[in-house]
Amino acid sequence: MTLHGSETRPQDTPRPAGNGNGAAAELPADLQDERLIASHGIGGAVSAFTARLRSGDLGSVPVVVGLVIIWAVFQIANSSFLSSRNLVNLTLQTTSVGVIAIGIVLVLLLGEIDLSVGSVSGLSAAVLGVTFVNQDWPLALSLLAGVALGLVIGLFYGALYTRFGVPSFVITLAGLLGFLGLQLLVLGKEGSLNLPFDSALVGFATRSFLSPALAYGLVAVVVAVYVLTRLRGRGARVAAGLSAAPNSVIAVKAGALAVVLLVPVIILNGDRGVSSMFLLFLGLVVATDFAIRRTRWGRSVVAVGGNVEAARRAGINVRMIYLSVFAACSTFAAVGGLLAAARLVAVNQSSGGADTNLNAIAAAVIGGTSLFGGRGSAYSALLGALVIMSISNGLALLSLDSSVRYMVTAGVLLIAVTIDSLSRRSRQAHGRA
Amino acid sequence: MTVTPTPAPVGTSTVLALRGVSKRFGAVQALKNIELDVRAGEVLALVGDNGAGKSTLVKTIAGVYTADDGTMTFDGKDVRVGSPAEAQQLGIATVFQDLALCDNLDVVANLYLGRELRKGKVLDEVEMERSSWELLRQLSAKIPSVRIPVASLSGGQRQTVAIARSLLGQPKVVMLDEPTAALGVAQTAEVLNLVERLRERGLAVILISHNMADVMAVADRVAVLRLGRNNGVFTVSETKTQDIIAAITGATDNAVSERAARRTREEGTAS
Repeated sequence: MTLHGSETRPQDTPRPAGNGNGAAAELPADLQDERLIASHGIGGAVSAFTARLRSGDLGSVPVVVGLVIIWAVFQIANSSFLSSRNLVNLTLQTTSVGVIAIGIVLVLLLGEIDLSVGSVSGLSAAVLGVTFVNQDWPLALSLLAGVALGLVIGLFYGALYTRFGVPSFVITLAGLLGFLGLQLLVLGKEGSLNLPFDSALVGFATRSFLSPALAYGLVAVVVAVYVLTRLRGRGARVAAGLSAAPNSVIAVKAGALAVVLLVPVIILNGDRGVSSMFLLFLGLVVATDFAIRRTRWGRSVVAVGGNVEAARRAGINVRMIYLSVFAACSTFAAVGGLLAAARLVAVNQSSGGADTNLNAIAAAVIGGTSLFGGRGSAYSALLGALVIMSISNGLALLSLDSSVRYMVTAGVLLIAVTIDSLSRRSRQAHGRA
Repeated sequence: MTVTPTPAPVGTSTVLALRGVSKRFGAVQALKNIELDVRAGEVLALVGDNGAGKSTLVKTIAGVYTADDGTMTFDGKDVRVGSPAEAQQLGIATVFQDLALCDNLDVVANLYLGRELRKGKVLDEVEMERSSWELLRQLSAKIPSVRIPVASLSGGQRQTVAIARSLLGQPKVVMLDEPTAALGVAQTAEVLNLVERLRERGLAVILISHNMADVMAVADRVAVLRLGRNNGVFTVSETKTQDIIAAITGATDNAVSERAARRTREEGTAS
């Protein structure tokens, strides 16, 4: 490849700073265009952030604001809401819905939907109960059976979708009914099984908490890893002649991360501490986020969600992507079902029933993952699940029953979807859709 | 009227040659005995009225359709192209009219979609961004930032991204399907500059266009298709637009050339 641009550059891009070539050589490759609005340091990072917000690229800002409002309202209504004890409960309640919501985020990224996650979670819990309690299987094998069941169901959905082009809405609606029926069949006549209280699974979900020292150590490790990866990334960008965030911005972000992690840990340590189960959920969120943003598979998922035809022509195996995402979603649903059963120490006919399904879907949407496909983050599962479960937890503290809870959750969901639609319109107007 | 094809300039090497290519769709003979030579370092415009077979020919070369008859020679070797992927592997890149970009992804992600650079299993964003800039600079492409979603680019910039993407596979032939169809004046000029830059790089460019001004501005030779058959190959520097239009429409006494002649006469009397 030869460089033809060098002869034409001075005329092409008249720069105020005199000699075009000289100025171009000093600037990083990605900042040479004179139309770019210069932004430097922390002020630049802040102004770039606000500009992005204004153009409708809201990310997780609405849900964070919503969460703060919800927590403030409940704290005013009942001063024990933000107590260490209640917040530990909240983390335990959030986990299973949150894990299911991770799978929903993945299917929503493709612009598809899975309505059957509740039934699948209930079915996997039922399989766990029957094999572990009634059939005396080893715990690991029972858990594996539950997870494998989710995987198989997801592959089945994916095969139906890619082979016959049946809309995912209909496939999973059938799954919602069918697997609920299968769950009842598996549970048999009694319809209710209690898990042994002293089993490792129940212990993990209800009694396993990190020691304060371990929790603080983990925070330190996470912040250190963050700083190191950012510095390494910065080094690589500078070496490649690209612009890089200055150390001050990295320091501020690392500080913010430390505060965001430390404050909850301090509060949670006021009671039982950080639950192992919640830590598992956080780990799954971080791993999924990494898979979405930093792997070829994740890039392909987002591309398929944005424009299937373009993805296909770029040589992406679109079928494989659909298949893997449906499989991942049902697997997350199964894992969520197992965790819910472990926390409630029981499996019954209403496991995974009632509002599990819609809570998980609502959590993903409230968290900021677009229903229109191609836009979302694994963190929306965490934030959305926190919102949903905060509402349910707070209203329970106020001794309000399900009637109010359903209506409030519905209202929040409507607001979230409206924000999604409005920001989509704004993105289109600002050319960021 | 018969059109005598002008002899091609000597000294350039033929990259792609079609001989007797035919394609039928049911009872319709879409292409009949098409002969086409494409040389390195030249822009060959492919023109013809609606239904003349331009798109069919492009899709046949690109591997979307397989020809019923005829041979295709690429780089001196007889080849059969069974799929778009095979065509790309050979070194024939095609930018279709709809560009096939993912609006929600940024420029870097679109350029490397389906062939992302990786370090181990992880995407190598830094290297992709660096080489994106290198490529865009070589094309003197005016993209303000490669980290903005493609949706926020103008039509010409999107076309640029699509063309730049086709170059990542190191092709020898680039086919552009109506690259200026939806563009404004300045953006059209930008894309035409880009086409000239492809030629400077020694690529063979096949340009499909309805816009005779663009064709005359950038093409070295013009191949005319009419009703699925060759209807002459012209060297632009030695041909008038009217002759090409005559070849496209199949006659000199038609509405288009009459209007053009009348305009010329009027301008002549006015001055």
